Amino acid sequence: MLPIMQSSLKLLKTAPPTAFLGLTILTVVLFAGVFAPWIAPYGETDVVGAPGLSIGGDFLFGTDQIGRDVFTRILYGARNTVGIALLVTAMAFFIGVVFGLISAVSSRWVDQVLSRLVDILMAIPPLILALLILTIAGTSVLNMVLVIAVLDSTRVFRLTRAVGMNVAVLEFVELARLRGEGTWWIVRHEILPNITAPLAAEFGLRFCFVFLFISALSFLGLGIQPPTADWGSMVRETSTLISFGIATPLVPAICIALLTVGVNLIVDWFLYQSGMRKE
Amino acid sequence: MIQIVRLVAQRIALGLFTLLIVTLLIFLAVELLPGDFVDAILRQGRTQESVEVLRRQIGLDQPAYVRYFSWLTNAAQGDLGYSFSNERPVSDLIGNRLYNTFFLAGYAAAMAVPVALTFGILAALYRNSVFDRVVNITALSAISSPEFLAAYILIFVFSIQLGWLPSLAHIAIDTSLWESLKLLFLPAVTLTLVTVAHMMRMTRAAIINLMTSPYIEMALLKGVGPKRLILRHALPNALSPIVNVVAMNLAYLVVGVVVVEVVFVYPGLGQLLVDSVSKRDMPVVQAGCLVFAVTYIGLNLVADILSIITNPRLLNPS
Amino acid sequence: MHGTVSEFGNRAQGNGTSRAAILEMSGLRLEACSVDVWTPIVHGINLTVHKGEVLGLIGESGAGKSTIGLAALGYARDGCRISGGSILFDGTDLNGCTDKKLRNLRGKRIAYVAQSAAAAFNPAHRIIDQCIEVPVHMAGRRRSQAIKDIKRIFGLLQLPDPESIGDRYPHQLSGGQLQRAMVAMAMAGHPDLIVFDEPTTALDVTTQIEVMASIRHAVEHAGTAAIYVSHDLAVVAQMAHRVMVLRHGAVVEEGEVGAILHDPRREYTKALVSARQTSHAHRPVDTDDEVIISVEDVRASYGKSPVLNGINFEIPRQRTVAVVGESGSGKSTVARVITGLLPPDRGVVRYGKGILPSFYGKRTKDELRQIQMVYQMPDTALNPKHSVRDVIGRPLEFYLGLDKVQREKRIRELLSLIELDPDEFIDRTATELSGGQKQRICIARALAAEPSVIICDEVTSALDQLVGEEIIRLLNDLQSRLGLSYLFISHDLATVRAVADYVLVMRSGDIVDFGSTDAIFNPPYHEYTELLLSSVPEMRQDWLYKLLQDRDNKKATDLRKRIAAT
Repeated sequence: MLPIMQSSLKLLKTAPPTAFLGLTILTVVLFAGVFAPWIAPYGETDVVGAPGLSIGGDFLFGTDQIGRDVFTRILYGARNTVGIALLVTAMAFFIGVVFGLISAVSSRWVDQVLSRLVDILMAIPPLILALLILTIAGTSVLNMVLVIAVLDSTRVFRLTRAVGMNVAVLEFVELARLRGEGTWWIVRHEILPNITAPLAAEFGLRFCFVFLFISALSFLGLGIQPPTADWGSMVRETSTLISFGIATPLVPAICIALLTVGVNLIVDWFLYQSGMRKE
Repeated sequence: MIQIVRLVAQRIALGLFTLLIVTLLIFLAVELLPGDFVDAILRQGRTQESVEVLRRQIGLDQPAYVRYFSWLTNAAQGDLGYSFSNERPVSDLIGNRLYNTFFLAGYAAAMAVPVALTFGILAALYRNSVFDRVVNITALSAISSPEFLAAYILIFVFSIQLGWLPSLAHIAIDTSLWESLKLLFLPAVTLTLVTVAHMMRMTRAAIINLMTSPYIEMALLKGVGPKRLILRHALPNALSPIVNVVAMNLAYLVVGVVVVEVVFVYPGLGQLLVDSVSKRDMPVVQAGCLVFAVTYIGLNLVADILSIITNPRLLNPS
Repeated sequence: MHGTVSEFGNRAQGNGTSRAAILEMSGLRLEACSVDVWTPIVHGINLTVHKGEVLGLIGESGAGKSTIGLAALGYARDGCRISGGSILFDGTDLNGCTDKKLRNLRGKRIAYVAQSAAAAFNPAHRIIDQCIEVPVHMAGRRRSQAIKDIKRIFGLLQLPDPESIGDRYPHQLSGGQLQRAMVAMAMAGHPDLIVFDEPTTALDVTTQIEVMASIRHAVEHAGTAAIYVSHDLAVVAQMAHRVMVLRHGAVVEEGEVGAILHDPRREYTKALVSARQTSHAHRPVDTDDEVIISVEDVRASYGKSPVLNGINFEIPRQRTVAVVGESGSGKSTVARVITGLLPPDRGVVRYGKGILPSFYGKRTKDELRQIQMVYQMPDTALNPKHSVRDVIGRPLEFYLGLDKVQREKRIRELLSLIELDPDEFIDRTATELSGGQKQRICIARALAAEPSVIICDEVTSALDQLVGEEIIRLLNDLQSRLGLSYLFISHDLATVRAVADYVLVMRSGDIVDFGSTDAIFNPPYHEYTELLLSSVPEMRQDWLYKLLQDRDNKKATDLRKRIAAT
């Protein structure tokens, strides 16, 4: 067995129940997302029964307002929503980390310009800015992905800059500069290896935020558009059923909450493991 | 004292500058759209001349920067232009809805702030106890849940199953205060749940950070009792971070109101904003964004200023 | 400082062992927690403090001395716990005692003085309110009475303006004043026992003297028993009657100060006592030495505040030039100017005959290679993610272009040169090394560049005394073998004496004294150098007493002279 597998197994054995719960949720969701077309009993947009059938009848989670199988759509939703959220987080990370590191190692001047710019972007409530830009550019998935990625990259920028600076002021970095090393070498060899742990934790937290944000936009009808299955828009579409005492809209909403709790639990455990959190 | 005044003045200037940039962004947003107000309302049956006349009448022939400043000065005086979709003045559309939104946010804040502070401080003081763990797990779940989950669960249980409270927050101008409070109870509780979690976690973190400082250890070693430790040694220093946490979360609350308004079909500014975005009714979106941005920036500014003037080191400069 | 000098004299005789015990720890065990595992850090200590007696706890980092000091108040920090044994204070066992009982004892009967007064005072309240908290709120005395009393104690501690100094806030006092104010706060409750936890460690030597003198005077005057925790045997020797030497959480040796200083039994104690006596065989000073680095009329500033006001000196080949001074003297700035981190406002730095570009980014690879740095904190000078091989290998690759096989060979040679076993250490990362080993790796990294000058910035300050001595020995050894020049920056005169050929004494950005080591350390002294020299605690019991007496006498003669002159 590879040593890395051995050590991860060992780590798993020491994991507290909460972390196990988180890992289980994440595994199930990822599995559902990847294999949705093979597991799902019906097609993503197939109308298969009467509208508004309740939970636990012929259909596991009932049917939605036009008679599509909710269970099927939840599986596809895992693929669409989580996939898009991961993409957005990855983009936000790329932008935020690159600029954050530039800010951390560059001259005071560059840092000031970048930081003030980010300050202003962060002073605007993200939902409002997103609404504004979506009005101009029109509501499409691509626009939403770009808007959230840019908005969220500001938080990644702040964190990367802060942890990057904490490392950049240390003597081993000063020494590398004095040795005559280039900026890229310093970032790659001296700074990045020392900030991977907080960045990894931040990736988890940012994913949660992005995921909730996309769900909220979709719920408002401004994010992922029908008929694509997506957890946020599923809540919106089926919301009228609740007044008939049918709990269907709660299913996708609970899925959203479960995944977010799961990722949060994993991040907590990771922070504890890497000594960044004491309790 | 001079130092404080300078710091506060700096923050205010920075806030105003940010606000200016935001108004510029909002204004440019419309500029980027193809067509203008006149195109929008004069779709058919008008001659080219009448369009031009109207354009000149409302100043659309002016260069962009002139219109920006006139828009800004008009907005400052409460004139926000006309809606594309129903041609009514935006300020008429917004006025009552703005009051509704603030009423709901205030209602939620009145419940959230005391609860969050109490639980946050208690969790910090009884750190690692069963109480702390329960509070933490609950807060984590609340933060992880989208606002609409809490809203629909509350609706499902309290209005559908039990039938105690209405699921829709239909209020009109003549609704009595008591009636409004009852109608808005579920939306306010939803908002409270979400903000309490944030505020509580931040309060707890701030207090724990404070309790590990050497001067608290010193007070313990002087034999100071728990009550005096909190009131005399911790609180004066905790004021600044707590005030900051509260103001930041109020800003969050005002913005977070949007989703909740949609769920409860509450006639607030958030719902109007979302509707106008789908209709691409620019002047309304502009105005809505402006109001939210001003509130958000304003509350964050207040947070900054309060945390400056409650800092003992700055109050007594050397 | 007058009139009380005689009391100091009595104390120096050492007494008190026959009196009743105020504190008795027996079998005290403490544990610390890291990632859910509790490991013992203090293994069954027996300790007794008698009424009116000062016990010194001395040891290096990790000896457990501060933890024991806090245990005397029945207190363990977060992540620590008292796991066994008893702490009898005047008949009450503090281990397992109720919180309420503990609160009743703390402040009133046992008090604590922390290392950093700046952090231990609450920034939100005036000094005086914090000082009278114990008598007024814990002991229930009248406020006016307590204020009168604390002002008297301020006076006892020789604080300036005892009537009104208490009205200020903590951040409005200097470091030395704050430290004395905290002693006053501890004494305000008239406790039977005070625990001093390294109260002078963070201070400059000249300030340290004043605080030491005040503490001793006040403790003497009040007849309080005390535990004095320090890493510096010379300091403890001035303050304590009895000394307990600790190492790795166990007692090495215990005895009267005189006995420990003059007749230590254990090897470890002997090493501590003889520390600082190593001396470097100074080669005769030769003015014809080839000059490697010359600093010419350098002025430098941070922003608008000037740090160096035009300084000149040279570093000759295979010589060590030491720069000494207190904090704020500008000594570290000298290094920053030479390395090119801080371009000077005026003046130049020459390497050999050529002028070095003032900014390091403009220097050639070879110019950069010639000057290497070793820092104070080996922890932050080594990237925790790199192995020893990476750390030493990079300059070999970067400057000398060695390939992998050549590098491996050279890294092993360098490791042997700094006396670390290559097979054992080459694959370790910084986190798997002790402080002294880290500093050796830093030296090896500097050597790898094959420089002509190494700048050593406080290289021993963060290390334990004995480890520091080894580093000094290594540096001296390397110099004679490799023909290196050193610029040795330090606040510690004893260390400087052990390494330097030339010494520069700096004060607020100026060189106030310069000369060969023999000239600097022997009379006639420059006034400031003499102050610095005389302020370094010596391993003699009566050192502080004699010093204060000398300074008093000098003041008196000066005064007489002045009166005579007028």
